[in-house]
Amino acid sequence: MNYHSPASFAEASRIAADASGITRFLAGGTDVLVQLRADIVTPDTLIDIKKIPGTGEITRNADGSWTLGVAVPGAELGEHTGLVADWPGVVEAMNLVGSTQVQGRATLTGNLCNGSPAADSVPAMVAASMTATVTGPDGNRIVAVQYIPTGPGKTSLAKGELVSALHIPARGENAGDAYLRFIPRSEMDIAVVGCAVNLRLDGDTVVEARVSLGAVAPTVLLVEDAAAAIIGSTLDDAALDRLASAASAACKPINDKRGTIEFRTEVAGVLAKRVARIAYARAKGEIIKGHHG
Amino acid sequence: MALDDLKTKDFAFVGTRPNRPDGLDKVTGRAKFGADAYAPGMLHGAILRSPHAHARILRIDTSKAEALKDVKAVVTRADFSDKVPFEPGLEGEFWNVLENVMAGDKALYDGHAVAAVAATSALAARDALKLIEVEYEILPHVTDVDKAMLADAPVIREGAADYSVPEGMHPNVVRMHESGHGDVAAGFAEADLVVEDHFTTEATHQGYIEPHACLATLGMDGKGELWCCTQGHWIVQKTCAALLGIETANLRVTASEIGGGFGGKTTVFIEPVALALSRKANKPVKLVMSRSEVFRATGPTASASMDIKIGMKKDGTITAAEGIFRLQGGAFPGGPAEFTAMCAFAPYSLSNVRQVGYDVMTNRPKQAAYRAPGSPMAAFAVESVIDELCNQLGLDPIEVRLKNASREGTKASYGPRFQQIGLVQTLEAAKAHPHLSAPLKPGQGRGISCGFWFNHGGETSVSLALSEDGSAQVMVGTPDIGGSRASMALMAAEVLGIPYDNIRVTIADTATLGYNDVSHGSRVTYASGLATIKAARHAVEKLCERAAKKWGIPVDAVKWENGCAVPSGPNAGDFDPLPLADITANMGQTGGPISGHFEATPEGAGVSFATHIVDAEVDPETGKTRVVRYTVIQDAGKAIHPTYVEGQFQGGAAQGIGWALNEEYIYGEDGRLQNSVFLDYRIPVASDLPMIDTVIVEVPNPGHPFGVRGVGETSICPPLAAIANAVSAAAGVRMRNLPMSPPRILSALKADG
Repeated sequence: MNYHSPASFAEASRIAADASGITRFLAGGTDVLVQLRADIVTPDTLIDIKKIPGTGEITRNADGSWTLGVAVPGAELGEHTGLVADWPGVVEAMNLVGSTQVQGRATLTGNLCNGSPAADSVPAMVAASMTATVTGPDGNRIVAVQYIPTGPGKTSLAKGELVSALHIPARGENAGDAYLRFIPRSEMDIAVVGCAVNLRLDGDTVVEARVSLGAVAPTVLLVEDAAAAIIGSTLDDAALDRLASAASAACKPINDKRGTIEFRTEVAGVLAKRVARIAYARAKGEIIKGHHG
Repeated sequence: MALDDLKTKDFAFVGTRPNRPDGLDKVTGRAKFGADAYAPGMLHGAILRSPHAHARILRIDTSKAEALKDVKAVVTRADFSDKVPFEPGLEGEFWNVLENVMAGDKALYDGHAVAAVAATSALAARDALKLIEVEYEILPHVTDVDKAMLADAPVIREGAADYSVPEGMHPNVVRMHESGHGDVAAGFAEADLVVEDHFTTEATHQGYIEPHACLATLGMDGKGELWCCTQGHWIVQKTCAALLGIETANLRVTASEIGGGFGGKTTVFIEPVALALSRKANKPVKLVMSRSEVFRATGPTASASMDIKIGMKKDGTITAAEGIFRLQGGAFPGGPAEFTAMCAFAPYSLSNVRQVGYDVMTNRPKQAAYRAPGSPMAAFAVESVIDELCNQLGLDPIEVRLKNASREGTKASYGPRFQQIGLVQTLEAAKAHPHLSAPLKPGQGRGISCGFWFNHGGETSVSLALSEDGSAQVMVGTPDIGGSRASMALMAAEVLGIPYDNIRVTIADTATLGYNDVSHGSRVTYASGLATIKAARHAVEKLCERAAKKWGIPVDAVKWENGCAVPSGPNAGDFDPLPLADITANMGQTGGPISGHFEATPEGAGVSFATHIVDAEVDPETGKTRVVRYTVIQDAGKAIHPTYVEGQFQGGAAQGIGWALNEEYIYGEDGRLQNSVFLDYRIPVASDLPMIDTVIVEVPNPGHPFGVRGVGETSICPPLAAIANAVSAAAGVRMRNLPMSPPRILSALKADG
């Protein structure tokens, strides 16, 4: 195994492009090192990107949008009052990953690129319309995060490509986001179903919405029918029921050790309602603290 | 001196709560656990495990692994003793253990060891395993207990059934137990209501935090040293010696600190393999299991399929009870079917009772003891039916249990008459507890259950040596899995009359003390405690002799009081009290070192009962359960160190919550274990548990000098049933299958409409 710690993303990209065998990028390491120790993946090339300048920074841009370095750990997201005020759903989703110890290392970028359909932060990132800068041999390109994972353990990143920054749009007025997951326990678990909602109000009426589901298909889903079910409504009971039906209808889950098809389909609808209510309340200006379950 | 009197009150030390003697070492990381041992020239071992649930081993080629420079030894079954006889049932337990630690002709479950390597690093050992070629012929497998009893089920091993199994049963049924008394048919005829139902529980793992680990040295002179985490190093010594074909006394075994056992460390898994590797490599070999290996290849408890039938009169009197219990214990005899059957109805005084247990083999790992093996599942089934009878007849669940409760003199469902027992007292304490009358919120339900465990005595040796300065060292042979060093020191302090802090209790190795049975059966505070008291009394006899000699009076004119020899009465003479330290200061000149010893197999363990009260809340939209309040009430006989007793009560409840709600062995169609990591084998995390309230009831056990009853196991007997009764009440639908996971509860709610 060859270990590299490049000083720039261009260099990281070059190393990856030239490498043969299995290459892994190391930021927090909470997936890569676990897989290494468990003898699941032993990379031939390990590229540590957290020493690249700027990878540990959280930046609020002049237009109100945010740029996140790829090695910012969950714990720092959770302690950033400005980010939490703007995007509580993204932060609470990331903060649900693993334990307090894991939060000291684990990153949004890693959670995205690990390609798990059950990744907690990904539905929240998708609902928030987040994008990623991808650096490759031909330079940089901007990609919506929802297009990066393509299936369990797989991404759309080509050889030599890596995510070099994450971007969250400006929050804007009268808007809120939220994420909830279902786990049988209270923490330290993996989502059986995850759901994120990001919406904007005009008065009491939902005028924009994005609904995303995790752990119910090979990739995280952006469910446009679910968003349509609540756009134009005041999130009344009828709209919530339509939301639940649309969310359940979008599920293409599997039966496995973590849950059944019936259970995941049913609970996706239940969660969608609960998450939408939190996002709606946040859009109304209520402070609702993140959930830890 | 009246040294054998039962003392049940006016204690100076017993019943206090001093700091644990191993506390500093454990919080500073200084304590040495199984994996903390190192030796010069040490090699690292790794074990190759079968990926198949059931397969004939046609060929093992180890040549490529052996050719590696870093590899110093490779072993297979051929490197173990060929003198261990196969016998049916548990008669051939050494053979069963040998077959389990290293497969012979067949791999019997996913994770079964087939070969092992010792190399210069752990990584080299792991990679060398990949070069061992094993050719398998895959055979049909079965992992479900009911399916394993069907006529067309694959046979795990012909000839494993013992004499107890009737003709015509499937060869996978290897032992049968039947007991009871009265006429159950007549009893059911007398009942106003008979409820008959079927229940299942899944296999759950003991879930100890410390994976198995050992460091083994076995030289060409046939002498060995073994350091390992175990609940009993003499059984390790005896078993390893047999499996390696060496003399028992030539193997010295030292028990490390232990990061949990709960019954799962009462046998051997990796220890004989490490010894075999060491013998072949002529170097020390360290072997440490991964968590995945712990799940796949060490003992979970048995899974169970149970039929219960109970008849009751309108006034709550149970007229008859019958149970059939099928226990799946993996690919070997030993599923605790007889314990399940015997414990099932033990809390109740019954005129007509019958219980049948079947020990059934499947393609799963060999089950190991888990805290009151067999009893929790029995209580789940029986106490669920009693709850259902109470509901249907509109009766109070505590009053019904009190009405039928076993008491002193009751003929137990499993045969003997109970001596002094404390079930009624736990029920009365439950009745009086504020928990029972606290209001429930919407969506919540309350459940109660009783539970029973036999408790055990077992072979026990203790030595106690006094130092010149008047301090004392106590050598016991039962690894400290629940605070026993503190309890032993308190009991010794009580007898000697010296401070707790002046007594150091050590777990002696197999070369420095006589045989000791494993720390199991809730026996340690009872049996090692009894032996410690008797060893201390033996030392006191000698102290009194020295005082008598000094004073020139007969020894029976001296008694021991508050740490001093004193004349037994005014006629004995007028001498100042002689403190222990004054006697030991010059003991070398007055007759030599003073020590006390005791060896026996005490038989008066004293059975134990508990009553638990649980409040649970069920989310009707997701089926998720939260345990919101929990109270454990249990008879401890006498709590030597009440904090440890409370810890045992809470620990049993916590493990019961996991077993009831989310823990389970999940097998795929291919017979492979699907969830061999803690991410998917869901033991409760701290935030899943409420504060578990405890009430210690003390009904002295006449079989122990201070009245002690073991407390470690009974605490896990009622939780499954108490939680199931609470969840069933909250959900409005009877839950008959464990675990009560959210998908299962949601599906039951949907089916119920």
